[in-house]
Amino acid sequence: MSDFWSVWIIVLTSAQLIAALWILLGNRKKPAQEIKTTGHQYDGLEELDNPLPTWWVYLFISTIVWSVGYLVLYPGMGNYPGLLGWSSTGQYDVRVAKAEDQYRAMRDRYLAMPIEEIAFDPKVRKMGRRLFGNNCAQCHGSDAYGAHGFPNLADNDWLYGGTPEAIKATLIHGRQAAMPAWQAILGDAGIKATTQYVLSLNAREADPSEAARGAQHFQTYCAACHGADGKGNQLMGAPNLTNGIWLYGGTADQIAHTLRNGRNGKMPAFSSTLTEDKIHILTAWVYGLNRTPVVAATAANL
Amino acid sequence: MNSQHDQVIAVDAAVPAEVSELDKRQRREKIYTRAIEGYFQRLRLYTGWPLLLGYFLLPWLNLDGRQAVLFDLPERKFHILSVTFWPQDLVLLAFILIIAAFTLFAVTALWGRLWCGYTCPQTVWTAIFMYIEQRFEGSRNQRIKLDQEPLSWQKLRKKTLKHSGWGFVAALTGVTFVSYFVPIRQLLPELLSLSADLTAMSFVLLFTVATYLNAGYLREKVCTDMCPYARFQSVMFDKNTLVVTYDTKRGEPRGSRKRFTTKDPHQGDCIDCELCVQVCPTGIDIRAGLQYECIGCALCIDACDSIMEKMGSPKGLVSYTSENALAGQKSTGIPLKTLGYIAALAVMLALFSTTLLTRSLVELSVSRDRGQLFLPAPNGLIDNVYELHLTNRSALTDRYRIEVEGMTEFSILGGDAIMIPSGELLEVGIRLRADPNSLPSSGTQILFRAVSNNDESVIAEAESRFIRPTL
Repeated sequence: MSDFWSVWIIVLTSAQLIAALWILLGNRKKPAQEIKTTGHQYDGLEELDNPLPTWWVYLFISTIVWSVGYLVLYPGMGNYPGLLGWSSTGQYDVRVAKAEDQYRAMRDRYLAMPIEEIAFDPKVRKMGRRLFGNNCAQCHGSDAYGAHGFPNLADNDWLYGGTPEAIKATLIHGRQAAMPAWQAILGDAGIKATTQYVLSLNAREADPSEAARGAQHFQTYCAACHGADGKGNQLMGAPNLTNGIWLYGGTADQIAHTLRNGRNGKMPAFSSTLTEDKIHILTAWVYGLNRTPVVAATAANL
Repeated sequence: MNSQHDQVIAVDAAVPAEVSELDKRQRREKIYTRAIEGYFQRLRLYTGWPLLLGYFLLPWLNLDGRQAVLFDLPERKFHILSVTFWPQDLVLLAFILIIAAFTLFAVTALWGRLWCGYTCPQTVWTAIFMYIEQRFEGSRNQRIKLDQEPLSWQKLRKKTLKHSGWGFVAALTGVTFVSYFVPIRQLLPELLSLSADLTAMSFVLLFTVATYLNAGYLREKVCTDMCPYARFQSVMFDKNTLVVTYDTKRGEPRGSRKRFTTKDPHQGDCIDCELCVQVCPTGIDIRAGLQYECIGCALCIDACDSIMEKMGSPKGLVSYTSENALAGQKSTGIPLKTLGYIAALAVMLALFSTTLLTRSLVELSVSRDRGQLFLPAPNGLIDNVYELHLTNRSALTDRYRIEVEGMTEFSILGGDAIMIPSGELLEVGIRLRADPNSLPSSGTQILFRAVSNNDESVIAEAESRFIRPTL
């Protein structure tokens, strides 16, 4: 608010308060002995000119006193922030901090427990789903089954490993995939041959002679990451090429496109977005997806 | 009667009634009410006690592991016995208020101010406070005397006792009121150990002080100066409405006479004892006719009946009667206006009960994932992903299955046997997989339906779309 409007509001507010008080006190009358009327009559009813009830006058004065106290303590007079320094955003922050304290205590309890133990706790499933909905579902889908370029988290096929530690590391540090572009090295013929070989790895229809040539390229260039058998390497996030699960599509054209141009999938790091306790719960939620809970051995089922 | 209080009470007898009314109102004298017993006061006791006990004991009742009646503001849930109201049930609250209003109108049109005289908290709490006052300061005359006495130990003791009594009832009222919002079993220990949160303590204090001032000091001023109902009640009245009425024909001309003497035939039954004025909590003289201050508490009826009995005259000089009955005319039946109130009441009751009974115990809303229009799936099929928000509003944990209408060849991935505890909301991601060639258009309207496992009739539906590429 500019200084002019601030002064404008201060002047108007004060003037109104003073005017209200002045009108009230200026018109105050002592109770008369005889009954005065205003002279207005309607249907035989006369309008009396009695003084205001005392309790009402005091109530009115107390509202004015209240308003002065309020305007000193709280913002109201233009830009003046008030002695208490109250603000709506400040109140919001306080409530968020309070809620955060309340929930943090609960999450801290879970933080002290191993992922495997809490993954099927109903509360963790609920909190985890909320965290997932707010932070992950945009890419991985509301059901966590993934999308084109974003892995399915519920199929037990893991690019970087599905142990609690690996999932947590993925969440904290993020992941940067680096599939190089092979067009310059393999050329059109090389790309075509290697594509046929990758198809043959999945027992799909492939040209045998092309696949045989592709196998050589594969062993030279691809095996370093994807392994000699094409089953991938979770240490570097190289996907398994033999299980029919395709992050970027499994048609010959799509595979060739990946080979030609490379892929650079990126999972962002969440260490700066989410606190450790939240990441712990999110890890447990992801870990528990599509996994049947391990029933504890109790006396009943022994 | 002693001469001192004759000065305190308005000098109605000496001057015409109309002027004295105005005069009294202007001077605003403190009203000292005289306690009276009688048929209607017993009736008030029998209607008042159950309501009072209900008010004070209800918070202690537990049901399904929670307080039976609890307005849980932080959770936005209103529990009333086994029913839980959610913010989306606001329309029901509106219905309840409309029903309450029309009940009041209909009752007022038929029987006058029953609400004011017997059930209004203002009247009931004022009566409690007057009882305490009487208990510690004595009868009307003793109180008037006490107030005029100079300060003494005796006076101080009586006043202290009275105010402590008032304070105790007020505090009990305040705590009980707040306990409809904060569970009493949690609130009470916290209050006693001063560890309740500031909001709860401030509200307890607020309601305590308000009760104290209201029932102790404001009393009839609330009815005469503040209550809107007192002012517009006359629009509901008709000539058949029961009102507290003084039978002028029988009573006038008033004048004193000895007990059981044959009275002068020109004299009326009213002996001008002013007992009806002294017992009136709003300080009016019922003999001046129907006044808006009259709350219909029937104290004057009981007072007058007791006198008439002593005088050997028939009771009912002041009585509940209607304008028609007093004029010796027959009741003209229930007028159209009152029938209208009753009809409106019936309609609202029907609307309320059907809405309450047919409201679904499960709620469903669906939002389609917007990250991708559709996703390729194996074998030329395509997927659409949805997030479902399911709320279980029943009292039991339930499982729900999801059904989809609007497509012929499709499968649902996920969404079977979704378990939700009572009163909780769950987000569930599910995926529909369909053959794009089987879909007539690129955006197909579909309907999601959640069906309860406990009760097949409990369902909720929500619309959405399934999107496929242009073929």
